Amino acid sequence: MLEIKNLHVKLEEEDKQILKGVDLTVEPGKVHAIMGPNGSGKSTLSYVLAGRQGYTVTEGSANLLGHDLLEMEPEERAAAGLFLAFQYPVEIPGVGNMTFLRTAVNAQRKARGEEEMDAASFLKEVRARAKDLKIDADMLKRPVNMGFSGGEKKRNEILQMAMLEPKMCILDETDSGLDVDAMRLVADGVNALRSPDRGFLVITHYQRLLDHIVPDVVHIMAAGRIIKTGGADLALEVEKNGYADILAEVA
Amino acid sequence: MGLARAKLDQTELRLGCMAMPAAAGWTRTAREAALTRVTQMGLPGRRDEYWRFTNPADLVGPEPVPAALFGTSKRPAYDGIDRVRLVFVDGVFDAVASDDPALAGVEITRLAVAQRQDIHWASELYGVLEARGQTPVARPLAALNTAFATDGVLIRATGKAAKPVNLVYLHKSETSDAFLHHCIKVESGADLTVLENGPAAARFNKVMEVEVADGGAFHHVRSQGRDHERRAATHIFARLGTGSTFKSFTMTANGALTRNECVIEMTGDNGVAHVAGACVGDGAFHHDDTVFVTHDAQHCESRQVFKKVLRNGATGVFQGKILVKHGAQKTDGYQISQALLLDGDSQFLVKPELEIYADDVACSHGSTSGAIDEDALFYLRSRGVPRSEATDLLVLSFLAEAIEEIEDPVIRDEILQRLAGWLARHRG
Repeated sequence: MLEIKNLHVKLEEEDKQILKGVDLTVEPGKVHAIMGPNGSGKSTLSYVLAGRQGYTVTEGSANLLGHDLLEMEPEERAAAGLFLAFQYPVEIPGVGNMTFLRTAVNAQRKARGEEEMDAASFLKEVRARAKDLKIDADMLKRPVNMGFSGGEKKRNEILQMAMLEPKMCILDETDSGLDVDAMRLVADGVNALRSPDRGFLVITHYQRLLDHIVPDVVHIMAAGRIIKTGGADLALEVEKNGYADILAEVA
Repeated sequence: MGLARAKLDQTELRLGCMAMPAAAGWTRTAREAALTRVTQMGLPGRRDEYWRFTNPADLVGPEPVPAALFGTSKRPAYDGIDRVRLVFVDGVFDAVASDDPALAGVEITRLAVAQRQDIHWASELYGVLEARGQTPVARPLAALNTAFATDGVLIRATGKAAKPVNLVYLHKSETSDAFLHHCIKVESGADLTVLENGPAAARFNKVMEVEVADGGAFHHVRSQGRDHERRAATHIFARLGTGSTFKSFTMTANGALTRNECVIEMTGDNGVAHVAGACVGDGAFHHDDTVFVTHDAQHCESRQVFKKVLRNGATGVFQGKILVKHGAQKTDGYQISQALLLDGDSQFLVKPELEIYADDVACSHGSTSGAIDEDALFYLRSRGVPRSEATDLLVLSFLAEAIEEIEDPVIRDEILQRLAGWLARHRG
């Protein structure tokens, strides 16, 4: 599904190499987790895949279901089935959450040559999905992420994911800023979306999110490379011993 | 001290082309007084402080700069709203194209007709508010209008108007030079909505004097648009009584030069005055909002909310003042002016002012100019919204605070649709 090969990325503004040869393949139906210390390049990887400006790919490739992601605009990547749940969801005053959701859903449908969703079906769908995530009518009406708590913002990300039904979901530090209850709610939302034809890449600092979203594969990233890959137990090892042992082992 | 030679010459040249209507009737006294004001003040020049950001040359020249007509098949503004249309073509009332004024449930008289009749309330308004508005800052183009206005309407509401009155300004001659003067009296407890739209003329000079009596409410929504080459100088002079409400919103799209002045005097306690504007300009577009709100009573609230979206060398100007007089305690004054510059070629020139002589007031003002927020743009695009649509959404979100000043949801939506349509046609 998602195939990343030898990906090298540097910052556009300064000559600083962030990713130094990332290889990663996520298969349909699988949940991969990336863990790693601060500054290892985890968030950069998610931004580069989603198409954020400010990065230059110097080598390597990234493909999603046969599409060359790196040649596509962010909106084209989204229409092709990529979704990034932001670590810091952006507040947009003056644009209603509902309007935003509907514009996004229909823009993607249009880009794929599908019929747009009519207002009634959309409303029904969004209400059902919002209820599962304990998102109330007021949150749907408010401007996008304005005045939302940290937990509300993350739940709103999952709501967007649920409505957009992407093929490949990347979650960037979705657990940051969440208390235990909020984390469970978010994890339940993600788990509900797990399906045989959908892949997940869960980026996190800590193992605790992975108690709720149990991964099939865990990668450890450090200094712009994936240095170790294993099963769910690798996350437990990190939780127990920190990254130091693994870093030492690889060096 | 006399006027500078250049100003005197300019003023004489302009006045030489003007003639007072022969049948001025009771307006003659007001017109002659206004003419005296013009000759004393002189017409505005580039060196005047109040015209520092806007070159008045094309507004004061003896002849208008010809303005090409702009063909459009779009449906007229406010089309879906039940209203009484009064149509002016190049500044001349067109009775055939207009609706029956009686349907509005208010008194409506054409100025050209009214000046031959004895209309007591109007004689206390015509040129009166304009004259009051000449201090502390001179507004000679408004006095010029009072002296030479050829048409306009007098509207008096004594209760809640049955329908909004829609003043429609069509532009059919490339060299028209129109002077319209309206007087509006909203009597105690009455409620009136006036809608305006259209390019009006190659050069348009309009004055609207509005008196809102105690407990009255006046709503004004204006859509200035379409013709790219038109030039306009408009003035609103409003005087507000106790517990009255005045709300005015202007949308401007296109136009080589627009100067909208709004002068509001709050003379009774607990009054509310909101004046707002949203303008969008692409290329040869110069738009100036000049606002002066005087608080001369207690517990009054005033808001000025102006937003400008500019691209391809367009210029936006805002000069806004809140003057709080001695004794105008508990004044709540707010002023915000912001520009969204869609490229590096456009500019926003601002002069916000507060002058406060009372010691128990809350007044704030702010002004910003900036570009589209790249983080927000990426967020929208990452959800599949194409760049152009995402930009439009962010522009509308920027304009939202001004648009929300329109109270009526149907009219608000109408304005929103017009702005969205304009944005879709002017993508960078």
